[in-house]
Amino acid sequence: MSGLAVNNLSVSHGAISALRNVTFSVEPGQLAAVIGSNGAGKTTLLRTLSGLKDASSGNAEWQGREMLGKKPDVLVRRGISHVSEGKSVIPELTVKENLVLGGIWRSNRTDTNAAIAEVVELFPRLGERMGQSADTLSGGERQMLAIGRALVSRPKLLLLDEPSLGLAPLVIEQIFETIDKLRHRLGLTVVLVEQNAMSALEIADTGVIINLGEVVASGKASDLINDPALRAAYLGY
Amino acid sequence: MQKVFETILIGLSTGSIYALMSLAIVLVWRSTRVVNFAQAGQAMASTYIGFEIASRSEIFWLGLVFAIVAGALLGAGVDYFFMRVLFKHANSGPAAVVAPVIATLGLLGLIRSIVGLTWGGEFKSIQTPASTNGFTIGESTIPFSPLNVLIIVTTSIILIALAILFQKTNLGLALRASAYAPEIAQLAGIRTARTRTIGWAIAGGVGGVAGMLVTANNFLSPYSLDLLLVFGFIAAVIGGLESMVGAVVGAFVLGIGLTFILNYVGTSLVFIGGFTVLILVLIIKPDGIMSRGKARRA
Repeated sequence: MSGLAVNNLSVSHGAISALRNVTFSVEPGQLAAVIGSNGAGKTTLLRTLSGLKDASSGNAEWQGREMLGKKPDVLVRRGISHVSEGKSVIPELTVKENLVLGGIWRSNRTDTNAAIAEVVELFPRLGERMGQSADTLSGGERQMLAIGRALVSRPKLLLLDEPSLGLAPLVIEQIFETIDKLRHRLGLTVVLVEQNAMSALEIADTGVIINLGEVVASGKASDLINDPALRAAYLGY
Repeated sequence: MQKVFETILIGLSTGSIYALMSLAIVLVWRSTRVVNFAQAGQAMASTYIGFEIASRSEIFWLGLVFAIVAGALLGAGVDYFFMRVLFKHANSGPAAVVAPVIATLGLLGLIRSIVGLTWGGEFKSIQTPASTNGFTIGESTIPFSPLNVLIIVTTSIILIALAILFQKTNLGLALRASAYAPEIAQLAGIRTARTRTIGWAIAGGVGGVAGMLVTANNFLSPYSLDLLLVFGFIAAVIGGLESMVGAVVGAFVLGIGLTFILNYVGTSLVFIGGFTVLILVLIIKPDGIMSRGKARRA
């Protein structure tokens, strides 16, 4: 079964072009880091892949089926889950409700409960806080809850938008470790969008560097890390 | 002392009807960010249908059921055929803010005209499901009647049903999630547009109950629910517009408060009293009496 294949994807915000002819692919079970500075178009890329935003041209296939033009509710049912930018939990709901939300598209509540039990096993801290409002969680816990919610839908393709945003360095390290651990354990295909280039490439199989809406480099993550020109120009270290 | 007690009882009855209306307003506001002035018209039209059924069958409760169904259909219809189209065309700039509200005012006028053409403008009275004569305690008769009891009981049932729906079911979770964070709800696989229409339907049904209960104690005309809209809206603002619990608490505060003014000061000050409460809440606690001191939304 093929993974994710994005081909000549262009997206615009009104008259402004946000992505131009973006092409890359991710093999099943691999993690691709999409790196770029603020405004490079990374978030737009994920929003387009999850159906929140329309593309202006190109195509994107997941397991050989076209994703573009489908709404998020359809794509969720095909195993694509998007954790949007900025600890995407609903603070007004409890931790438990946030998790239940991840499986709400299923008619079968038992499946959802089983999936929640698995997520709690991965993130025991969430288990201790099930009845609390998500508002009371720390930044790191919120990010875990956001990822946990996505996992409750038992995705095959996980789209993660800057999970490190606004977190303390130590917590960021934990989050990346967690992502690395769970994607191996669950056999997930992951697209990880990050500004935190080094940490993301370290756990990635492949990397895609985007600048001003265009792919400027892509390849094996280890090659990108070691390319002095790229390091100086885009990775910023 | 007895008068205080009576006033509170009547206030509870009045407050429960306000509670239904303010819930309807809050439900729509939360999901759509529109203050729906047409709610008065939707409730009024649903009540006319309930009235028609109740007077033909001579069963008030059958009329109530039809009013709920009519209200729900009307609410869903307004969202589906009206709001969706409107949001598609007026989706940016000042028009996006003003157009929906003005549109609901227009809709209120439209519903009123259609009802006026169908049923005429004269006052109609509905068969009451319970006596409107006050209970007698010892020697004296108090203004609190079996109908008031019925109003409180009916409202309580509706409120409990709504609490269960919103807190315990997947639909309720979907409704809340879509209201708080539409995008996250969408990414979780919820069909948010459809969910919103269901929210409008629930609001419409609840409005239909409010209309029937007011009319049981009063008369029905194309304008008879306007005051209920005003007080329901004030109650919603007292409760902070966002919170369903706040809407109910606000309604009881307002209902009891206004009944005290009515009984101790005079009829002429009830309206002024309502607006005074509104202004005071907006000045002192603009996020509503239920707010914990911080704004939930930017």
